Amino acid sequence: MQKLYDVIIIGGGVVGSAIARELSRYRLKIAVLEKNLDVCFETSGRNTGVCHGGFAYDPGTLKAKLCVEGNRMMGALAQELDFPFKRTGKVLVGNTDEEYEQLGRVMRQGAVNGATGLSMIGEEELHRLVPSVQAKFAMLSRNSGILDPFLMTIALAENAHKNGVEYHFDSEVTGIRRSGNENVWEITTAHGDTYAARWAVNAAGLGCGKISDMLGIRGYKIIGSKDDYIILDQRLGALVPMPIYTVPSNTYMGIHVTITTDGNVLLGPTAEDTDNLSYYGTEQKNLDYLYQEAMKIWPHVKKSDYIRTYSGILPKWVDDNGKIQDFKIEIRDDLAPNAVNLVGIESPGLTASVAIARYVIDMMKEREHFAENVDFDGTRKGITRFALLTPQEQDALIQKNPDYGELVCRCEKVTKAEILQAIHNPLGAHTMVSVKYRTRCMMGRCQGGYCQMRISSMLEKELGIRPTEITYERAGSHPFFGVVRSEAESRREAQ
Amino acid sequence: MIRENIDTLIVGGGPAGLAAAVELWKKGMRSILIVERERQLGGILRQCIHDGFGLSRFGESLSGPEYAQKFIDEVTALGIPYLTDAAVMNITGSRLVTIATPGGIREYQAKSVVLTMGCRERTQGALAIPGERPTGVFTAGVAQAYINLYNRMPAREVIILGSGDIGMIMARRLTLEGAHVHAVFEVQPYPSGLPRNIEQCLNDYHIPLYLSHTVTKIHGSSRLEGVTVSAVDAHMKPIPGTEQYYPCDTLILSVGLIPENELSLDAGVTLDPRTHGAIVDENYMTSVPGIFAAGNVLHVHDLVDFVSMEAERLADHVAEYVREGSLPPCTLDVHYDTDINHVIPQKVSGANPFRLSMRVSHVMKNAAIEVRQNGNLIAKKAVKKALPAEMIQFDVPADNLQTSGDLEVTAVQR
Repeated sequence: MQKLYDVIIIGGGVVGSAIARELSRYRLKIAVLEKNLDVCFETSGRNTGVCHGGFAYDPGTLKAKLCVEGNRMMGALAQELDFPFKRTGKVLVGNTDEEYEQLGRVMRQGAVNGATGLSMIGEEELHRLVPSVQAKFAMLSRNSGILDPFLMTIALAENAHKNGVEYHFDSEVTGIRRSGNENVWEITTAHGDTYAARWAVNAAGLGCGKISDMLGIRGYKIIGSKDDYIILDQRLGALVPMPIYTVPSNTYMGIHVTITTDGNVLLGPTAEDTDNLSYYGTEQKNLDYLYQEAMKIWPHVKKSDYIRTYSGILPKWVDDNGKIQDFKIEIRDDLAPNAVNLVGIESPGLTASVAIARYVIDMMKEREHFAENVDFDGTRKGITRFALLTPQEQDALIQKNPDYGELVCRCEKVTKAEILQAIHNPLGAHTMVSVKYRTRCMMGRCQGGYCQMRISSMLEKELGIRPTEITYERAGSHPFFGVVRSEAESRREAQ
Repeated sequence: MIRENIDTLIVGGGPAGLAAAVELWKKGMRSILIVERERQLGGILRQCIHDGFGLSRFGESLSGPEYAQKFIDEVTALGIPYLTDAAVMNITGSRLVTIATPGGIREYQAKSVVLTMGCRERTQGALAIPGERPTGVFTAGVAQAYINLYNRMPAREVIILGSGDIGMIMARRLTLEGAHVHAVFEVQPYPSGLPRNIEQCLNDYHIPLYLSHTVTKIHGSSRLEGVTVSAVDAHMKPIPGTEQYYPCDTLILSVGLIPENELSLDAGVTLDPRTHGAIVDENYMTSVPGIFAAGNVLHVHDLVDFVSMEAERLADHVAEYVREGSLPPCTLDVHYDTDINHVIPQKVSGANPFRLSMRVSHVMKNAAIEVRQNGNLIAKKAVKKALPAEMIQFDVPADNLQTSGDLEVTAVQR
């Protein structure tokens, strides 16, 4: 008989991890089953990293309500969990009378939704705030901001883990059944492991439709909206003090020019419907289109500043006519008792994640009393970023730990001490991208040209694994077929 | 935190930095320091185990490590100070240099700074090749480091994009280590690497080189599974209908080198959009007084010998700058026509002879490079076959130079 959990959360993205963290406030035995080898390898890590204001959603929807709530709590959350977040504000820019009217509508809608800090600004004010933009007027959303989606997800997951939540990676759920006499969920994974739990939570993101079907709540139609992005060099960040958007509809934000918390500029997204929820390839026509559209509002794009392109997919719940629906968060006592079903959690899921988690827990608590976990510690400390310190602080850190004096990644100035902490992360995620997302190594303009060899070597050494066991990101993504010369290897080891 | 004053701080202990240091020492400069971020001196040469280095500088064919060792031995014999495991974090316009070392942060107020950081490789991301992001796509230098320094085999079935010299050298190296290199594709209508490498690294191993072709899509979600290759038109745009799928587990990129000038930019050094290196005068001084540059950080060279020799020339001027506190002003611009890709230096005084380094922008046969000022022919160099892959260098004498009037460099087809 396997261990009985109180709650199994399917999906370790930002929503699953937020639910795990919020549930760890109670005395519950919780596990997260994640199909990838780390958190945020899908939608949670493949987005714009913007903290939305909540004005671009139909009034009365969960998207509007939870986005506004999520935005309000982001500052305190970022402090508690030590992840990068800046309330930069954001502008939605336009040129025509029609666009002006549309922005007025967006602003009124925002007010109904409870979004605050919205105002229309003229050309002069716009250029004072964002000198590099090309437009006549804008709607300013003062409370919008930017956050690091990787570190936010990792922070939530690590804090959940600190409070007793187990994370199981490489654990794709392939079967769920209700065990009749015991009233528990039996959840089977692709590797044949079985977990039993009193509660099941579907936070599977792109897999939400599949898991919903497995839970017995059938019929949700999920399509993917695939977004291609271009990342530009960090030096351009100074030209983009806040995200620059065009006039949105309530289902598509338009091409925008944003910055990351580290100063890289992002161009995107393209938003194309797709049935393939696991294909992350970019398309030439999309990259060309992004360039052309971004240049209209921000005429500073140079192809020599490209450092990477990527793609993300948002799971959208649509009706039979293909119309995009609200977030669905439900407990179907009739079909799947003690299961929380989250369907179509797309944008603004990152902003709303903790608000979603609290909403979920309120629903669960209507059905069961949860005893408070008196040992809950809601704080988490991330890895200290050497590059962001003053020379005096850097020196003090090196005196305590000389590994801080050894630079491994030159572009992002990441030290050996940081890489070591990332390799030994509390969640036990061991891919090269796990180290990348936690430290920013390999994320700079040379894209790991200088540091990747050092990082794979450190992974081998620290984890005691063979070269062929190094994994880049997804299962099976092994950079090495073996050693070049075995006799050379013994010499290398002896050194 | 340690803080010191110094005459000359050299950023980077590769073939340029080492040569500059040795030459400065020989000129009597003693307050100098080489700062190297790696554990050992030598720079990128440490992983270049093939031979062919040193023919111009030493008159013999050496491997990369042997070439570097000649300079390292000299540095050691002369007792030139150097720091390894030391990463320059920042350089200010007033030449305050901050360095991170395992012993702590060090700051140097330098009278002069010599930039010899070398270059980095262009990546898949910079090219924005569409498709997925599996592992198995490596720049040639990364594959070279894995094989030659880390003893890790990253490839079996290989496609190479770009006919840069490192790419061709890796075609041979991978073949010798048992990988199967299917083909090299080059987007330009001419090879970007040296003719001798096409002979010795591709032809000798029956590896085909396809010009005017490029990779237009990357396939595979975990490990690379294949690439789509397309022919390109005269504007290097892929031609629809020419797509061909090549199964492979490795794509090696040899698509250009970019001078590594992030520290230079922090110091306020103005860069040339053509070379991606600093704009320098005939003394190799950048737009920031007291900051000099030579080697691949200034412009990408074809041969390492020329990197070291450029740095040796630079040393004369740095020594003079430190002694005199300034150098004669260089206010004349060096202009060039569209047949020429770039020139070094971009500024001259008109009072002194200087070495002109340049590359043509396309293949030219029976060309003559002419330098003119105020309508007068100042210098002329005949080039039988001018290739973009090869640097052209010659001395411009001071005899006919005047101290007013910009210079014009043209490539003339004879």
